[in-house]
Amino acid sequence: MNAATAPLLELRGVSRRFESRLDFAGRIARRLGARLSDTTVHALDDVSLAVGEGEVVGLVGESGCGKSTLGRIVARILAPSSGARFWKGRPYDAYDSESARAERLAVQMIFQDPYASLNPRMRIVDIVGEAPVVHGLVAAGERERYVAEVLRRVGMDAGAMRRFPHQFSGGQRSRIGIARALAVQPRFLVCDEAVAALDVSIQAQVLNLFVRLREELGLTYLFISHDLGVIRHVSDRVVVMYLGRVVESGPTQALYESPNHPYTEALIAEVPKVDARRRAYVPIRGEIPSPLAPPTGCHFHPRCPKALARCREEIPRLREIAPGRLSACHLND
Amino acid sequence: MSGEPLLRVEGLRMHFFTKAGVVKAVDDVSLALDRGRVLGLVGESGSGKSMTGYSILGLVDAPGRIVSGRIVLNGVDLATLDAAAWRRLRGNRVAMIFQDPMMTLNPVLRIDTQMVEAVLAHHDVSRESALERCREVLGRVGIASPDERLRAYPHHFSGGMRQRVAIAIALINKPDLIIADEPTTALDVTIQGQILFEMQKLCRESGAGLIWITHDLSVIAGLADEVCVMYAGRIVESGTVDDVLSHPMHPYTRGLLDSIPARNVPGRPLAQIPGMTPALLGLGPACAFRERCSRAIESCAVAPAESRPAPGRALRCFNPAA
Repeated sequence: MNAATAPLLELRGVSRRFESRLDFAGRIARRLGARLSDTTVHALDDVSLAVGEGEVVGLVGESGCGKSTLGRIVARILAPSSGARFWKGRPYDAYDSESARAERLAVQMIFQDPYASLNPRMRIVDIVGEAPVVHGLVAAGERERYVAEVLRRVGMDAGAMRRFPHQFSGGQRSRIGIARALAVQPRFLVCDEAVAALDVSIQAQVLNLFVRLREELGLTYLFISHDLGVIRHVSDRVVVMYLGRVVESGPTQALYESPNHPYTEALIAEVPKVDARRRAYVPIRGEIPSPLAPPTGCHFHPRCPKALARCREEIPRLREIAPGRLSACHLND
Repeated sequence: MSGEPLLRVEGLRMHFFTKAGVVKAVDDVSLALDRGRVLGLVGESGSGKSMTGYSILGLVDAPGRIVSGRIVLNGVDLATLDAAAWRRLRGNRVAMIFQDPMMTLNPVLRIDTQMVEAVLAHHDVSRESALERCREVLGRVGIASPDERLRAYPHHFSGGMRQRVAIAIALINKPDLIIADEPTTALDVTIQGQILFEMQKLCRESGAGLIWITHDLSVIAGLADEVCVMYAGRIVESGTVDDVLSHPMHPYTRGLLDSIPARNVPGRPLAQIPGMTPALLGLGPACAFRERCSRAIESCAVAPAESRPAPGRALRCFNPAA
């Protein structure tokens, strides 16, 4: 990272644990000798991430790797258990005052499910227009004009305002979700699987919308997806996560062309490609381990074809392997 | 095989008769599948791909009804079957794998109960030999220590493992035909890779025919021998995977291929198909793709009939791309 200008957003050593305490019956059972204990999921384990102004960072990983938790921590929906978050070089807490409201609103989130994330009983004008009025960005009398403008930006007609979510298709609902986020004039969007629920032809339309909005509004994105093709298309830089840890990061092209970490390599190799016909699949072994009981050492070692004895015991550190590229693998030593 | 394919579907129409009108979910679909081959059925939501699969298995519920067409499996016209014959067929000669294994496995029964039931329903064997068969198929779909796994409940398994169990149940009676409806859509990339690998191997070894229903052309590219592209209830283009994916003729197939991010320059706008899939209710006489099509001409006001532009290829388009 360039030392002269602080990144727009930075996470330093962020961890997040979810604890599930035993209920009353469980505690009694434990007294009586049952082997029960509180369970802790390490959703994020010491993750550091910096996103520069105007950059699109793609966050990729499989289920349970903590990518959504990370997105929620960035968007202030969740607080980290430990570690620090910085916005424009200052900690998140520095923006708690009333005068810094605009800075708090600057990070907005777009959710995965365009069906579940819109209130079915609200009209589009309320869904999109509520937040800007509450936060004093527009006067209540100006609301409809403003909503019409935001809807036009995402490629929808102002006539949609009076309607309810169920009257729209999946692609249009995605646009409404994007309009709702844009309505409070954010600088940074966290897109959590924003196109995963859409058909291929609609997915292309929404991806194009993201690319266009970035150019028009100078937005910065943290683009979370399990789809490596989508990530490759939109991102400048890619961060790969596995079971709560970052295993590799680097510029998109370099990372896809010469992945360093065995997991990244496997992930890229597994992606079905239209140009690979009747290929012989050579799958990677094993299941994704449960985050309740992650493997010791490198989390990937039980599935890794190149694992050494050391990988079982020692957690590999994320180290620079080339300018701008980080990887956490003992094989680089 | 005396030229007769394992499965032949001719002019299949399956309509839903709703209060609002007739929905032509499957409209004049014809396809054929040989033993040991994989047919990919591709389309977006509402294209009728799943309904085609359900129709072949006789799983259409009211208000849906098969209006016309022939489904011939192993030389037997399935329309002539009575309920008892269907029961002997399903889960035995024909099996289905669904998208969500959490929906297809009974959460309150152990895996062994569910698997043994499938064997005993069709074969007069002892429970012990049924269990032996269960262990064998679990091993074949890549589940380690089958004995232990047989005594577990579905919630003990991860999504990928559950789907393997569902596949094992489908394979347990060595079916001739397997219909798989988006079985890897809910799974992670590395797990999807494993399942595709197993299915490919199983089909080659057992000689079963496989219909793989999906929205993902890239999965079809790696797995299938032939592909049928569906749009609004009709097969708009079909042929071998190499022909169709390398030289798409229908503008819809071409649009689908062009909108895949991996085939575009990163960061540049994707080639996109404008508009959205039409509602099937009250679809007019015109080609259903006409409104979204860049090559639409005047003749498209009437839906095109199927043409055979080359051996082994079928197409419904008046103005195909060369």
